[in-house]
Amino acid sequence: MTETEAPDEGPFAAVPGVTGVVEAHHETTIVVEPGLLVDASLHLRDELGFNFLSDITAVDYLGWGEAGVSGYLGTPSSSYLPGRDLNAPMTQGYQALPQPKPKRFAMNYHLLKLARFPERIRLQTWVDEDEAVPSVIEVWPTADWHEREAWDMLGVRIEGHPNLRRILMEDDWEGHPLRKDYPIGGEPVRFSGEE
Amino acid sequence: MAVTPTRTRSRAPIYEGSRIPKPIPTVLTTPPDVLATGDVMTVNFGPNHPSTHGVLRLIVDLYGEDVTGLAAVIGYLHTGFEKNMEQKTWWKCVTYPERIDYVSFQNNEYVFVAAVEKLLDLKIPPKAIWMRTLMCELNRIHSHLVWLGTSALELGAISMFWYAFRERDLILDLFELVTGYRMHTRYFQIGGLAEDIPRGFYPECRSFCEWMPKAIDDYETLLTRNKIWLERTQGIGLLSADDAIALGQSGPVLRASGVDWDIRKNEPYLAYGHVDFRVPVFPEGDVYARYRVHMEEMRESVRIVEQCLARLEEMEGEPWISDDRKVVLPPREELHTSMESLIHHFKIVTEGFRVPEGEAYVTIESPRGELGCYVCSDGGPKPWRVKFRAPSFVALEATATCMRDALIADMIAIVGSLDSVMGEVDR
Repeated sequence: MTETEAPDEGPFAAVPGVTGVVEAHHETTIVVEPGLLVDASLHLRDELGFNFLSDITAVDYLGWGEAGVSGYLGTPSSSYLPGRDLNAPMTQGYQALPQPKPKRFAMNYHLLKLARFPERIRLQTWVDEDEAVPSVIEVWPTADWHEREAWDMLGVRIEGHPNLRRILMEDDWEGHPLRKDYPIGGEPVRFSGEE
Repeated sequence: MAVTPTRTRSRAPIYEGSRIPKPIPTVLTTPPDVLATGDVMTVNFGPNHPSTHGVLRLIVDLYGEDVTGLAAVIGYLHTGFEKNMEQKTWWKCVTYPERIDYVSFQNNEYVFVAAVEKLLDLKIPPKAIWMRTLMCELNRIHSHLVWLGTSALELGAISMFWYAFRERDLILDLFELVTGYRMHTRYFQIGGLAEDIPRGFYPECRSFCEWMPKAIDDYETLLTRNKIWLERTQGIGLLSADDAIALGQSGPVLRASGVDWDIRKNEPYLAYGHVDFRVPVFPEGDVYARYRVHMEEMRESVRIVEQCLARLEEMEGEPWISDDRKVVLPPREELHTSMESLIHHFKIVTEGFRVPEGEAYVTIESPRGELGCYVCSDGGPKPWRVKFRAPSFVALEATATCMRDALIADMIAIVGSLDSVMGEVDR
């Protein structure tokens, strides 16, 4: 996934800031630089017709591939044989580690071409904790709440959002619950124990 | 008696330009000249008001009866489903999605199962595909009935609630017959169905299909030409096609704005490519159009259920779940005789099965619109990240746009027509 190169041809070669096009699991992922995200979005919307923003998903990859996380190879999609070849190497897991990721957070924009011949792609950009993602609210107004959710749940800073406040958690909440380093079951209970 | 008023297909735009507020698309701000009058009153509406469909809080600026400003506050029902699912094995996760949208549970269950199957590249037996289609459509009727009953109740049509819930109960009876549960059935497994279709389901479902169109006629007799209903819903909560697409609206809201878009038709999944049904589209973009879309969809769903029944009856004795033993639990009776099966059972239940590394995004047409599920796996037995694209969440983003020039009484009709389930909004 990290070893992607900007495509020389194809429909997505002209997208500003594109650093790779990945085909996996029957889906197309276009990786762009975070700095040029708005330009890439405008290009995708106006030139290629992706007028509908379905969803924005932020993912935290902290600890990805560490401490015995195992791989598993499923049936290749070209084979229509039912079931799995259990004798093939690596089918029992534990032999392969997942591909490393370039940065901690991935922002996935799931786009749809709402037209007679629909098409779906994933626009992806990578940022570290101290970096910010530009807001695409001007391109697709529906991004408003999705971006607030990404900030609230994972603490991905959105630059240029007019109303970047918490949305699901309460305003004075500390931390971002969907981060991988957020403690589970760690909420203090009042009037319990020594208190 | 079918009551179908003649359709007026006006080509004129619903309104000129865009009505999406700027700079924040989801917050309607009171214009300064209205504020300067000093007569603007800010009212807190909810979160525990009965006609907000759950725990939605609206902060409304009122100038007399006019709504001049509006901001929706959500999060009161946040239960951390997505975080919870990261701690469970894929197999155990199936119980979570149906509790997210507790009115259209089968559809939510399906979207998660489909996303995992996409990562696994698993082949599903045809019987399971047709039964899933049938259950999803029954669930669509169920969900629309709950919408119809509660929305009409909020506008004063109390009897509608009892009529809608009468038929809703019939559907819940069918779910109970098939799965043993009335809600949150966990009937879809990764790989197919949990159990074979029980004997006696087909005749029961057939008699429901015969009854339901008559019941819909009853509802339409009560509402479609009802003077009060028309006054309360027509020309209210306007949303143009362009604004609806820009705001990510989907499902009945989008189709009521004149956009002919239905994932079942345009990007067929399950057996929808093989059944005959119509996608109702109304161009008016108001609350009444949304009501009409819901009613027509229920009729079409009954037709789909009938076609699924006809196909399923020919599939007697066929497998209902994939035989991939690395993913699917072995048949119960094998556990007493086969060591292999016992090991597989033990491994799947304790450790869980492994899902290939990668990410997948699956979207389906839930009763509320485009329901998406993003799953990310690191190759282990637990999801790395699960995210639901909740249509209700996106629908509430349109409240500010729909509420332009609305009166306080229209607000109830508009919020109701967007058909939000707060469990899904807050997840």
